[in-house]
Amino acid sequence: MKLWTETLIVLLILTNLKLISSSRLSACIRIVAVQGILLGVVPLLAGQNPLTWRIASLAGLTMILKGMVFPWLLLKAMRSANVRREMEPFVGYSASLIVAAGLLGFSIWMGRQLPMPFAVASPLITPMAVFTIMIGLFAVISRRKAVTQVLGYLVMENGIYAFGLSFAQQEPFLIELGTLLDVFMAVFVMGITIFHINREFNHIDADRLNALRG
Amino acid sequence: MILLLILLPVLAGVISFFIRPGWMLRSILLATAGFHALLTGGTWLRQPASVLEEWLFLDAPGRLFLSITSLLFLVTSVYALGYLMREDWGQRQDFEEGMLFTNARESVFVCCLLIFLGMMTLVTVSQHFGLLWVAVEATTLVSAPLIYFHRHVRSLEATWKYIMICSVGIALALLGNFFLAVAATTATGHDHVPLLVNSLVNGAANLSRPWLKAAFIFMLVGYGTKMGLAPLHTWLPDAHSESPSVISALLSGALLNCAFLAILRINQVCIAAGLAEYGKTLLLGFGLFSMLVAASFIVKQLDFKRLLAYSSVEHMGILSLAVGLGGDGVYAAMLHAINHSLTKAMLFLVAGNILAVYHSKSTTDIRGISSILPINGVLWIVGFLAITGSPPFGLFVSELLVLKAALDQGHVAIAMAYLGLLGIVFIGMAAIFCRMVQGYPAELPTFDTSQLVPNRTVATASRFFHESPLSVLPPIVLGMLVTLLGLFIPSPLQQTLIRAAATVSGQ
Amino acid sequence: MNILHPLLNPILALFLAPLLPGIINRTKAIVAGRTGQPLLQLYYDLFRLFQKSAVYSLTVSPIFKAGPLVGLACIVMGLTLVPMGGIPSLFGFAGDLVVLAYLMGLARFFTVAAALDTGSAFEGMGASREVQFSVLAEPALLLGLAAISQVGLIRPLTALPTAIPLESLSEMLARLSMSVWMADGTVLLLTSAALFIVMLAENCRIPVDDPTTHLELTMIHEVMVLDHSGPDFGMILYAAALKLWIFLALLAGLLIPVRTGNFWMDGASILIGMVVIAIGIGVIESINGRLRLIRVPQLLAGALVLSVMALVMVLWG
Repeated sequence: MKLWTETLIVLLILTNLKLISSSRLSACIRIVAVQGILLGVVPLLAGQNPLTWRIASLAGLTMILKGMVFPWLLLKAMRSANVRREMEPFVGYSASLIVAAGLLGFSIWMGRQLPMPFAVASPLITPMAVFTIMIGLFAVISRRKAVTQVLGYLVMENGIYAFGLSFAQQEPFLIELGTLLDVFMAVFVMGITIFHINREFNHIDADRLNALRG
Repeated sequence: MILLLILLPVLAGVISFFIRPGWMLRSILLATAGFHALLTGGTWLRQPASVLEEWLFLDAPGRLFLSITSLLFLVTSVYALGYLMREDWGQRQDFEEGMLFTNARESVFVCCLLIFLGMMTLVTVSQHFGLLWVAVEATTLVSAPLIYFHRHVRSLEATWKYIMICSVGIALALLGNFFLAVAATTATGHDHVPLLVNSLVNGAANLSRPWLKAAFIFMLVGYGTKMGLAPLHTWLPDAHSESPSVISALLSGALLNCAFLAILRINQVCIAAGLAEYGKTLLLGFGLFSMLVAASFIVKQLDFKRLLAYSSVEHMGILSLAVGLGGDGVYAAMLHAINHSLTKAMLFLVAGNILAVYHSKSTTDIRGISSILPINGVLWIVGFLAITGSPPFGLFVSELLVLKAALDQGHVAIAMAYLGLLGIVFIGMAAIFCRMVQGYPAELPTFDTSQLVPNRTVATASRFFHESPLSVLPPIVLGMLVTLLGLFIPSPLQQTLIRAAATVSGQ
Repeated sequence: MNILHPLLNPILALFLAPLLPGIINRTKAIVAGRTGQPLLQLYYDLFRLFQKSAVYSLTVSPIFKAGPLVGLACIVMGLTLVPMGGIPSLFGFAGDLVVLAYLMGLARFFTVAAALDTGSAFEGMGASREVQFSVLAEPALLLGLAAISQVGLIRPLTALPTAIPLESLSEMLARLSMSVWMADGTVLLLTSAALFIVMLAENCRIPVDDPTTHLELTMIHEVMVLDHSGPDFGMILYAAALKLWIFLALLAGLLIPVRTGNFWMDGASILIGMVVIAIGIGVIESINGRLRLIRVPQLLAGALVLSVMALVMVLWG
């Protein structure tokens, strides 16, 4: 059991690393899809209690939404905007990896600062969640294309969700449903906005949206 | 009754999405707004029962903020009536960059506007932190299309920043929620501790302190982004300046308050858990910093809608400062929230009128409002005096109370900084507002000049600008309310204010 | 255990190391459907080279002549420190993994110095690349080995990570039985992946470097040894084969958890493992292209991150 949980955590961390070091947008989207599927497995493994209808449906819903629907929406936005690569990010790919290593260290440190008040499946879950959140934030900050920024937002949301799924199991089903729905709507609205940005500007470089200031 | 308050606008919104004729949409909007206001008024007479295992319950602070929201919505929807009738739905030129653009469909606008109301209502009545988060995030999503109503590049940019920054910020608040859930789970394992404000306050002694602290920080940052506390405010001036004035009024007057309410709720739990000092420091810091940032951007501001937006940042700072001070400050914050909402909404509506005639947002190009639009000119000056806290308006009372709270607790330095920043804002705004109102327009704004008599003068020009009742009555009503609140606070309101202050200070 | 057992690895290596490049090349030939070179090609090459005499440019200093010699000497010394799975190394002492890493570093230093000594622009370019990549590869190697040193230790729960006694490589690898793999498999997999990437980089394999290329602009290692000839070049080729052996022995010891205590069984399983890994390298080289030079540091940084992750997991997991 511990082996499986740890493998899952490592795989999640690896998806983050891959995301931060890939330039092809379709590859990035696929990685986030994989991450979504892995995330769906988290509640199945992390929960000490036996598999209930609630957990099973939550896992299924997560996989469908985060593993399939979101990537599909983003792929559509990407195709409509006709971009393939993230050119010249603010932070290069090798540098991003080094930053990621630093962030990983920070996440572990943070995980040790906040010990869980109860027994958990693996002490690495908190660092993994924090790391995923950090990588998401980092992607939002360091990338130019709107699609990559949305991916960053999604990854960040994934990290938060991973944390919630593994610890806060008393969260009522309704709330988790609402959370998923909100994120879904957010991605949907962002996708539409990307479509409009591409139509109005003929590019989706979010850093070139700089008419408004002062 | 609570369910009706939420479902009525949502359902009306969904229905209006499928309706095309403009008059029908407008009547749905007005009818819903009126009915919602009536229902909200009803809650003052009779306390509505809690719904869904106490997840939805209208306590005193909730009722206060719900009433502001509902009232503002009613007034702005009257204004929107005139606005939507005036709007040209075809393709037209953008007055700043000359690009062609169209508006979003009217049904989409009305639909989002109504659902926006429903979601804000949900924020005010939800007692469950998870539900609160869902509602706050939902307000972001439904208000995004409203900001992108005029479909041109600047509003698109504003919308993108709004969605991205607020979504990322609110995601952090979600993390705060989960931290809170961990704090509430006792060492024995996964006990069922509902994340209700009441049960958390009652069981505050058992909460895990480090986790609660982390939860507070994340929620403060998350909801603070939405509330517009500096340095998380960067989306706010863009969104407020590029959206239609009706929407700016609602964003500033109602939405920011909703985010503030969310911060109040978590602060309440923190105070009950004995972390009052910890929260105080953070709130004071954010508050003063917001005022500082706003003041420095208000001076010499070139765009009057951005100016109003920065003024909102300033007032959010005052609210945060007041709550951070505690004691009488909390009561002052409640009163200030009401006053600010009414005044800011009024100013944005007037700004919309000015914009419609001048076709410019520049504070340096616009001169002589009072000569062309006499009523709006008066309202503009009244609004300016009110928002900067001059007597006899409501904001004077509330800002004075904040000062008193600061001095009572011996925070002389904070009081001095507060006064100094208010002074800077007053001077900065006075320079801009007076200039805009006085004098004569250098050249008449871009409109069909062929209608004018050949030998035109400014005096004859004013006849061509009709100040329609639908565009000036709503701000007049709001202005009168602010003045009233400055002179006299009705006793039911007073009691609710006191009870709300007591609730959010954890008593 | 017999006193002669630790001699197994150095002796086998000295005789069989040139087989490994042969296995890789045969695999590539078979996958590509070519006839390819014979399995023993490197033996023939070495034999031929050692019969020739070296040609030296007039401008070079003794450093140039010392390069291949010191390189080979360092690698042979390194061989004596490497265990084969459960079979201990000839010399084992606490902290020998650091010595191993720095022996390879010394070899690299002399190769680079010899390359710079020629004064050729291309060799300087290759030297700069070699050094640049090793900056990332070396910490990955050391951290990966450090992670292995912590795997399978029975630690009291309260002990600090610093309170662990230093061990030799042999002791570390001898501990990795099947049960340790079941418990800490994730860490071991991460380390293996990191070491595998480091191995590819250190031995100039695709996707880091292409050993068969002859375009100086794209080469890394090969470009540094362009001016060596005769026995000198033979020593370089032989040292490269031995270095590949060292890495494969380490990797096989890591990946094959056969620790029966039976000398023949343990030794044979490690040897088989090395052959399998060599075939794996051949397959990888057949289906992958060389990375663009700009992407190589990224791959190595990835290896570094994997090592860090492994270390972190084993220390705090």
